[in-house]
Amino acid sequence: MNKEFKQSIIDALANPNLTGALGNFSVAYRAGRAKAYEGIDFEALRTQIADVKSSASSHFDELAEQFARVAEARGTKVFRTNDPKAVKDYILRLAQERGVKHIVKSKSMATEEIHLNKHLEKAGIDVQETDLGEWIIQLAGQTPSHMVMPAIHMTKEEVADVFSDKVEDGQKPDIPKLVKFARGKLRPMFLNADMGISGANIAVAETGSIVIVTNEGNARLVTTLPKIHVAIVGLEKLIENFKDIAPILTALPKSATAQLLTSYVSIISGPVPNTDGTPKELHIILMDNRRNEMAHDPRFKQALQCIRCASCLNVCPVFRLVGGHVFGKVYTGGIGTILTAWFSALKESDEIQSLCIQCGNCKDVCPGKIDIPDLILELRRRLAVEQGQPMIQKAIFSVVNNRRLFHTMMRAASIGQIPFAKGGFIRHLPMFLSNMTENRSLPAIADVPFRDRIKKIKQPKCTEKAAFYGGCLVDFAYPEMGEAVVKVLNKAGIEVIFPEGQTCCGAPARYSGAYEVAAQNGADNIQALLAEDVKYVVSACPTCTVALKHDFIANLESVGRTGELADARRLSEKVVDFSTLASQLLDQGRLKFKAGIEPTKFTYHDSCHFKRTLHADQTPRKLMKQAGYELVEMEESDMCCGMGGSYTIKMPEISAPILERKLVNIEKAGAPLLLIDCPGCVMQIGGGLDKRGSKIKVEHTVQRLANCLE
Amino acid sequence: MSAILESTTIIESFKTRAEAVSAQVQRVATKELALELIVRLLHQEGVEEKPQSHAVWASCRMIGPVEKKKLEAAVPGIRFDVTRELAADAKVGISQLDWALANTGTLVQTADAVDQRLVSTLPPVHIALVSTAALLPDLPALLTRVDPRKSAYLAFITGPSRTADIERVLTIGVHGPERLIIVLVDDLEVAA
Repeated sequence: MNKEFKQSIIDALANPNLTGALGNFSVAYRAGRAKAYEGIDFEALRTQIADVKSSASSHFDELAEQFARVAEARGTKVFRTNDPKAVKDYILRLAQERGVKHIVKSKSMATEEIHLNKHLEKAGIDVQETDLGEWIIQLAGQTPSHMVMPAIHMTKEEVADVFSDKVEDGQKPDIPKLVKFARGKLRPMFLNADMGISGANIAVAETGSIVIVTNEGNARLVTTLPKIHVAIVGLEKLIENFKDIAPILTALPKSATAQLLTSYVSIISGPVPNTDGTPKELHIILMDNRRNEMAHDPRFKQALQCIRCASCLNVCPVFRLVGGHVFGKVYTGGIGTILTAWFSALKESDEIQSLCIQCGNCKDVCPGKIDIPDLILELRRRLAVEQGQPMIQKAIFSVVNNRRLFHTMMRAASIGQIPFAKGGFIRHLPMFLSNMTENRSLPAIADVPFRDRIKKIKQPKCTEKAAFYGGCLVDFAYPEMGEAVVKVLNKAGIEVIFPEGQTCCGAPARYSGAYEVAAQNGADNIQALLAEDVKYVVSACPTCTVALKHDFIANLESVGRTGELADARRLSEKVVDFSTLASQLLDQGRLKFKAGIEPTKFTYHDSCHFKRTLHADQTPRKLMKQAGYELVEMEESDMCCGMGGSYTIKMPEISAPILERKLVNIEKAGAPLLLIDCPGCVMQIGGGLDKRGSKIKVEHTVQRLANCLE
Repeated sequence: MSAILESTTIIESFKTRAEAVSAQVQRVATKELALELIVRLLHQEGVEEKPQSHAVWASCRMIGPVEKKKLEAAVPGIRFDVTRELAADAKVGISQLDWALANTGTLVQTADAVDQRLVSTLPPVHIALVSTAALLPDLPALLTRVDPRKSAYLAFITGPSRTADIERVLTIGVHGPERLIIVLVDDLEVAA
């Protein structure tokens, strides 16, 4: 990893203003957003938005054509271009021809994207940002750290200093006074400006309208007072029909700032009279800048469903620690990583894509229904294809795929026989099993892996069979979890077999962008797990379950191994996570809870894949309550624990504070027992609690459930 | 429309939502009472015939030459000839809006005429008159009634101007009005 990039992360983490402000905001946002969406069917709403936007991006050319035709018929000048430079030249030429000296701008990410201000200022034109946040960062000589709240990284003290420094001495860090000051200073600029530049949140082809959403009222002034109005609109803002602004206007303010509606919405569909009675000169620039190319990319087309609400930033456990500036100068956070790869260059996303821990929070809240984590993996894959796999990574995967050798090495590492953490080797390990972090203790590597232990378990005669997929953690670190699975399933009359040919689930390779390796892992496992006729293929690791159920198919598809897809789908149908299977067996009466179980308080941590991909999060809660346990929910129970596979090794600086926050929330819940459905989270959180000397017991749900059944 | 007019829940809902975003809402039975209320409000705000103390009133259907004369007599400093300079200097702006949305507390108007926007953006206080019968449940209901092909500037106003750009602290009154007073008038006609 580039040193500068690493340093920017370390600096951000060391900035208490930043982490404090963003940390508090993320909690307030979560509650505010939930309240704003009360009584609204979010899934239905976002499906509607995704459909409207997806249909639009399938017809950008026609819609742009129609927009231009309708708008021009009313006297608007429409300029269409793919080239950012042409946009800048068009505006500069227009300004020079009309003798424009002063420009006021309302917020526009499209102009940030093409660095418009610099271009105009170089030609001697005064350009004033008027959105308060944008004005602050313009004065401070910075770039926006957040799409909606550009100056969220600054404190009132810093703002007061910037105002005192750049505008007028003696400003105090009093927020209402600072806001009044900005109003007073910017008002004459609005009144004196010769040109107003705005962005747009929506562009409607049917009516040639642009829709602008603001809270401060600056866009109303920018589009009213100067005689020339230029709006710069990215093609992705186009939609076909006027009525379809409703779902977007319903979601955007709720997702962006937890408001039911912003203070102002302006729908401009043609030139209106100026204050002196002359007609306004209205220019609308439809800017492509690779958006059409994106629309033709089958994977990335969906990114054009973005409505720029920035909720993916607001819920991101990484963004709230490091803020926006480590992501770059324009678009930040999850969607920003994707947009940067396209609007700037793929290689510019090389470092920032590694910030994603793949927790899936953003995917859950995205009003455009964009699978942001999946697109980030796709970036990773394309980067790996472009740049090739590092030799060392290839070497690692060959070790990982050889399970016996892997276990031997892990054992050796755990008892300190090889200096594992040295050099580049450890960084590329799929996980974690060696002793290298300061913030958590690690489990001992089992002397005998589960694959050998299961041979010694005497199982009763059963009518049904399940194949158990161990995964590295259960196999090598937590074989007792595997034993508990066998114990429970035996009670239900199911014999558990352990197909010896099973190998790594391919998640480490997939999450590193090495899809060829991941696909081969999948193919080997499919063969091993389908070899014997079993009713279920069960796993106690959600990451493995997701791999078996979904990723094998996706990996094979992505490398074109279509011949193996039928088997992959056959396997997928048999795959089930432990808690879901246990719940089914209880419902069928094949398992029964013991009577007189002592009521014990427990809290529950939602593992990312378990909740957001398998959607099984309520099942273990329900099971344990049925057993007689009492659930005490913790705050942010579904926030990532910072494990993220090898993330904990690649980004220990970020992983550690994520874990820290999780541990505080667990302790605050006050329950003596923590249940989790993922061995990776058990390792991360269990290790963290152990290091703090906590008495809270951490178990996989299966371990507790096994003792609650008759 | 009478069903909507009768509905007190929709009025209550509008009031709740508008007040939740810091607008003040008053309701009066007749146009005459509305004008009386506005005269009182303008006196309270200290509107008078001197710099930085004017009230600017954008053209609206509910008042004709007779009402204007009366209002000018009652409140020196009230001006109906809205210019950019007057509006920028005024204390209060007054206008009639066309629609209101109950589920967000929003006012909507066709604002092609620039005086409509000047009086509702530049002065620190905006008094907005709207017919009680123009209350609609929500945005989709509005979108079937407005046509951007007939109006080049549709303006939505939900509460006064606001920002949270410094430390996420909500602050009312940035570039637009810091106070929005909505007057619902029961006997006003609804826009065509």
